[in-house]
Amino acid sequence: MTPAIAVENLIVTFGEGPAAFRAVNDVSFAIEPGKSFGLVGESGCGKSTVMGAIAGRLAKWQGDISIEGERVTQRRSLAQRARVQMVFQDPYGSLHPRHTIERTLLEPLEIHGLGDRDRRVGEVLEQVGLPQRFRYRFPHQLSGGQRQRVAIARALILSPALLLLDEPTSALDVSVQAEILNLLKTLQREKGLTYLLVSHDMAVIAHMCDDIAVMREGRFVEVTDRHRLIAGSFENDYTRLLRNGV
Amino acid sequence: MADNASLLQIENLRVRFRTLAGPIEAVRGVSFTLGREKLGIIGESGSGKSMTGRAIMRLLPKSAEIVADRLQFEELDLRAASEKQMQAVRGKRIGMILQDPKYSLNPVMSVGAQIGEMARFHLKVSKREAEQRTLAMLEQVHIRDPRRVYNLYPHEVSGGMGQRVMIAMMLLSSPSMIIADEPTSALDVSVRSQILELLDELIVSRGIGLMFISHDLNMVRSFCDRVLIMYSGRIVETIKASELENAQHPYTIGLLNALPRIDAPRETLAVLQRDPSWLEPNR
Repeated sequence: MTPAIAVENLIVTFGEGPAAFRAVNDVSFAIEPGKSFGLVGESGCGKSTVMGAIAGRLAKWQGDISIEGERVTQRRSLAQRARVQMVFQDPYGSLHPRHTIERTLLEPLEIHGLGDRDRRVGEVLEQVGLPQRFRYRFPHQLSGGQRQRVAIARALILSPALLLLDEPTSALDVSVQAEILNLLKTLQREKGLTYLLVSHDMAVIAHMCDDIAVMREGRFVEVTDRHRLIAGSFENDYTRLLRNGV
Repeated sequence: MADNASLLQIENLRVRFRTLAGPIEAVRGVSFTLGREKLGIIGESGSGKSMTGRAIMRLLPKSAEIVADRLQFEELDLRAASEKQMQAVRGKRIGMILQDPKYSLNPVMSVGAQIGEMARFHLKVSKREAEQRTLAMLEQVHIRDPRRVYNLYPHEVSGGMGQRVMIAMMLLSSPSMIIADEPTSALDVSVRSQILELLDELIVSRGIGLMFISHDLNMVRSFCDRVLIMYSGRIVETIKASELENAQHPYTIGLLNALPRIDAPRETLAVLQRDPSWLEPNR
C-alpha cells in the first residue's frame, strides 16, 4: 500500500554558517492511509518544524517527502496543497477575527476554485457538529471548542487526505478536549483520513495514535506503537520521562 | 506537621463585576479553610478558581466587588484591611506564583535585582544584604550558578529557570502562605516535575500553606493533599487527592472520565453532560 505520507532523511536547518541551527536532523517515517502518527516531545525539539516542512510552510529543507506516493518539493501545486491541511493549537489565533465563519470557510474554496460552495459549507459545518446559524457569527462569539471545530471544518472543506494537527487541544479545557478528540476520531473513521498529530501530552498521543515517535533535539529517540506506550515497555529513558513525568 | 492551625478561613466569598450588561458573579459563595497543606483548586476556564486566588490578595480591578462573611488570614481580616496593610501582606506574608514567568517578571530588570527588591522592600535590609540573601535564595532553588543568573534578564532565562526565580522571590520573605496559579502550565513535562519537586521540598519543609490552582487533574492528584473542585463559581466537591477516584459529584466524575489516560485507554472519551442543577447552591 502506498503510504499517505512518507518522509525520508528530512533535514531542516535555520540560519547559515556558524550560527546554523539544525532543527530537524535526519528524520524518516511513513504513515499508512487512515492511520494516525504521533510526534511527541518538548518545546524546541523540532516537532512543529517537521510538520511545517510537510505542510509546505518552510522554504528550505533537504530530504524526500512523498504525499500519496507523489514526491513533493518546496513548490507545491494547488492540488498538492489541498491534499494536506493543518489545524493549529490556538483557535483564538488561527481564525480571522473580522471574518464571519462563513467567509472563513469560503476562502479555501475560492482559492482552489471549487464550485457548489454553499452546499460544501453547510456539509462541513454539519460534519463538525456546528449548527448552520453559526455561519453568520464571528470568532469572538464562539467558545474555544466551537472555534476549534471551525478550524477543523476549514481543514476538511478541501477533502484532504492528510490532516496535520499541531497541538489541537492543548488550549482547551479537559471536557472540551474530549469532544474535539472524539470528533477527530469519528471523522477519521468516516473519511479514512490520515493524521499527523503533534502534542506534548502523552495521554492524548496514546489515545489518538497508532504509531508514536519521541523527538528530542531534532531526532527521533524512539519510535514505538500505542500498545508498547500503554504497557510502558520502551527502551529510552527520555520516553519514560515524558510518559511518567518523573 | 501542624496542619490543624488554619492560615486562611473563607466563608461565603463572592466576587461580582459590574458590567454594562449588568452584574456578573464570578465567584458565588465559596467557603474553605487552608492549613499548612497543599490544597489543589481544580476547575475549567471561567470556573472562578483564579478569581478566588486574586480576591484573597485583593488584586482585582475596581469594577470588582468582593463580599464575604469571613475572609480571615491569620489575625488579619482581609475584608477590612487597608491598602497599606495589604501591601504588607502581598508578597511578604502571602506569595503568589503565576503561570508564565515571561510575563510575571519585570522584563527590564535583572532577575537578581528583582529578587533583591523584595528583600529591600519587605525586609528593609541594606543593598548588600539583599544581594547576599538573593544569591543564597537562588542557590536554595537549585540554580547551579547563582552569580551568573543574578545578572540575567528574564528573556535570557528558560521557563523552568524563570519559575525558579519566581519561587526564590516568593520565599525570600518567608511567607506563611503561597498561592500558585497554574505554576507549571507553561513548562515542559520534564521541567514541570522538577518545579513541583522544588515546591514540595521548600513548602513542606517550611510549613507553608499552598493553594495550588490548576486545571490539570492528574497533576493535582499526585501533588496535593486535598482538592477543591470548582464549577461556575462554586465549590462542588472537596475531596482528599488520594481519593479523587471515588469522587461523588457528577461534574468531578465527568471531568475524570473526559481525560484520556495512558493506564486506562478507551476508544471514545466520555463527554461531560452539564447539568443545570450544579449551579444551585444547595448540594
